Amino acid sequence: MTAELLATDPPATSAPALGVEDVTVQLGGRTVLDHVTFSVRAGEFTGLIGSNGAGKTTLFRVILGLQQPLAGHVGVGGGGRARGDIGYVPQKFLLDPDMPLRGRDLIGLGLDGHRLGIPLPSRARRARVEEMVEAVDASGFADARVGQLSGGEQQRILIAHALISRPSLLLLDEPLANLDLRSAQEVVQLLSRIASEQQIAVLISAHEMNPLLPVMDRIVYLADGRAASGPVEEVVRSEVLSKLYGHHVDVLRVHGRVIVVAGTGHDEHTVPELAADGPGAVEIVE
Amino acid sequence: MNPVFSGFMVNAWLVATIVAVVGGAVGFFVVLRGSAFVAHAIPNGSFAGAAAASLIGVNTILGLGVFSVGGALGIGLLGRRGRHDVATALTLVFMLGLGALFLSFSIEYAPEIYSLLFGEVLGISANQLAPTIGLAVASLAALAVLYRPLLLSSTLPDSGQARGVTPFAIEIAFLLLVALATTMTVPVVGTALIFSLMIGPPAAARSFTNRPCVAIALSVTIALVVVWAGIALSYQTNWPVGFFVGTASAAAYATGRAWRFARRRHGGH
Amino acid sequence: MLRAIVEPGFWGSSAVQLAAAVGAVTAIVAGCVGVFTVIRSQSFAGEALGDLGAAGGSSAYLAGIPSLWGFLGVDVAAAGVMELIGIQRARGRDLATGIVLGAGFGLAALFLYLGTIYNNTTGVTVTVLFGSPFTLTPSVLPLVAAFGALALGAIVVLYRPLLLVSVSPELAAARRLPVRLIGALYLFAMALAVALSAVTIGAILSTALLVGPAATALQLTRRPGRAILVAGLIGVGAMWLGVLLAYDSYYWSSSHHGWPVTFFVVTLVLLAYIAARARPARGRAR
Repeated sequence: MTAELLATDPPATSAPALGVEDVTVQLGGRTVLDHVTFSVRAGEFTGLIGSNGAGKTTLFRVILGLQQPLAGHVGVGGGGRARGDIGYVPQKFLLDPDMPLRGRDLIGLGLDGHRLGIPLPSRARRARVEEMVEAVDASGFADARVGQLSGGEQQRILIAHALISRPSLLLLDEPLANLDLRSAQEVVQLLSRIASEQQIAVLISAHEMNPLLPVMDRIVYLADGRAASGPVEEVVRSEVLSKLYGHHVDVLRVHGRVIVVAGTGHDEHTVPELAADGPGAVEIVE
Repeated sequence: MNPVFSGFMVNAWLVATIVAVVGGAVGFFVVLRGSAFVAHAIPNGSFAGAAAASLIGVNTILGLGVFSVGGALGIGLLGRRGRHDVATALTLVFMLGLGALFLSFSIEYAPEIYSLLFGEVLGISANQLAPTIGLAVASLAALAVLYRPLLLSSTLPDSGQARGVTPFAIEIAFLLLVALATTMTVPVVGTALIFSLMIGPPAAARSFTNRPCVAIALSVTIALVVVWAGIALSYQTNWPVGFFVGTASAAAYATGRAWRFARRRHGGH
Repeated sequence: MLRAIVEPGFWGSSAVQLAAAVGAVTAIVAGCVGVFTVIRSQSFAGEALGDLGAAGGSSAYLAGIPSLWGFLGVDVAAAGVMELIGIQRARGRDLATGIVLGAGFGLAALFLYLGTIYNNTTGVTVTVLFGSPFTLTPSVLPLVAAFGALALGAIVVLYRPLLLVSVSPELAAARRLPVRLIGALYLFAMALAVALSAVTIGAILSTALLVGPAATALQLTRRPGRAILVAGLIGVGAMWLGVLLAYDSYYWSSSHHGWPVTFFVVTLVLLAYIAARARPARGRAR
């Protein structure tokens, strides 16, 4: 069962950039995603938070169309899923240091790499690539061999690669996982800026929400395949997360950082079924 | 007129040029994808097709073609899940095993092994020219069509997949491209030579530039130099062309490595 | 019924006994070494060493030296060069292998050419490349046993560090293991094993027995020790069955033309691998 908190903004008139409705996925007999529902609007920075195995990667695969859900529906850009409408930065990428490819070339591939044929050099194409290079602050290393850049620099090149086709949705799979603290902060600030400046919906998955707290508009909290979404202050609360996990968890706030702590297991509540009209229930409002 | 450029040698020069262009261009992706083994396995395994063809009395190129494509598909399907190098090795030895079987039926074919391995560039006849050129044009056209998705999928497979470029489809397309390039070149220059051309020059080229189009052009150029030098030297000394091409390719690779090393020492990138 | 499978004279034939004995020893050595070859993704190096050995062997033969030393000398030299070029990443390693192979073929072409001029012999390459277990002489047995023991001994001595280095070079380096040295020692052991197989049963079978049974075994079990055992069993089984079928094939047609052992063994090895792969995926690793 899923829960979406009462939205504090008035219902929007336009369709969200990403709408995930009631998505359920079963893999190998296990329910990996369980009636997940949330949406992301243009210009919003949303964090998909969950520990490893919570279902984040599977959810991304469903959004990208690489995994068929057992039930439910995903809509991008208000319609069905148009492939070019999603910019995707994968978690794992291996760029061979000897590869003859500049960052600039890799970014260009984000524009038309999926089309057959040879890219015809054109001023418009070059200008667009240059625009992207500047948007991610990569001017200093865009002409270097991409495989020899640092992790943070490669990350920015890949973000530009994902952005150049002007998608309505930008998906990043655990972009902060291998970055040092400073690089992680820079990437987060960059993405937040991009979200608001270019009015793109940004969805980042992470297993740790604290680096994203300063800029996150909304959070989708994933635990055991179930999701709760809404503004951070409303989702990251003991009551909500306890219902999600099915056992007691405490949410502590220490110096502006959030820590979610599992309960001791002494008090075993039976979790009331999350119903649309029961006491203490949460409503889905969109 | 210098006999090196005489009438019958023109064919050799022409064929060598074509082979170098195709080898250098396709080789760029062979090196990019780390598929050196495949570039060795497909030509070598296809020789079984030549043996089979001579048994049935069919055109050698047809036999080569069928077995190249078969090998490419075998490697692609077997390597779909699990280790890629194991799939390549097993497909190769299976084809070689078939070759051994076909050879056992007819002993006359044995001496031709040498020419299939090392080629007879200097003995090219005029009527081999047309099909070779035709296949070369087809190979280069296929490469041009596949260029962008091949580059994207070879460098960022996940991003490609998100845009509808399936890694498996690209892998099969690439293997078939190698098979096509092989079928065309093996009868004229042998398996060892095309393999060297698909590895050495591209590996050297990428040491000198960080732009893909420049790297391809450079790869083709180096391949041309290697092949032309090979023919000229072979003509002078009577030593086999394969020797010069093999060692020159290795030398080109070594030069590239040395260049990168020197640049790194002096603070380059 | 046994008589239907085994043609007359099989058990008594000395050629068969020798083939079975040598085949079994090489299969066991190859299976043991091969497990590491597969784990380390060095199948290309194994194959290249077989081809180079064959070229070296034929050159030695033409120069009047026994083939075995040609095989061994070339293989050890080639392994040394491959190691000197010394790239640790798998992709770069295959490239280095390819370069050495290309140069080696070139040298082989030269030696063969010079040999045919001075010795007037042709067709040497074929016999050396393909080889036949039925044409072995008993004098080969002590050498096979000696070199086989040497290669096996090297693996036994290196077993634990080699395993760690192969599975996780970073962890091995953190534990102060000489990663490069161990890799080099392994390459030399493989050169020894391959030279041994190639000179007795041909370069094709050498690769097949090195890679196939080991890869099949690794599909069936995750534990390297067990994999080595299983690989040896599969290798010996394929070898003996192949010898039997090759012997029988003399009687299949009136022309009394036997099919080569190489063909049968390679096909059996491939079938074993495909069968192991076709098993449904296990839920969890053992």
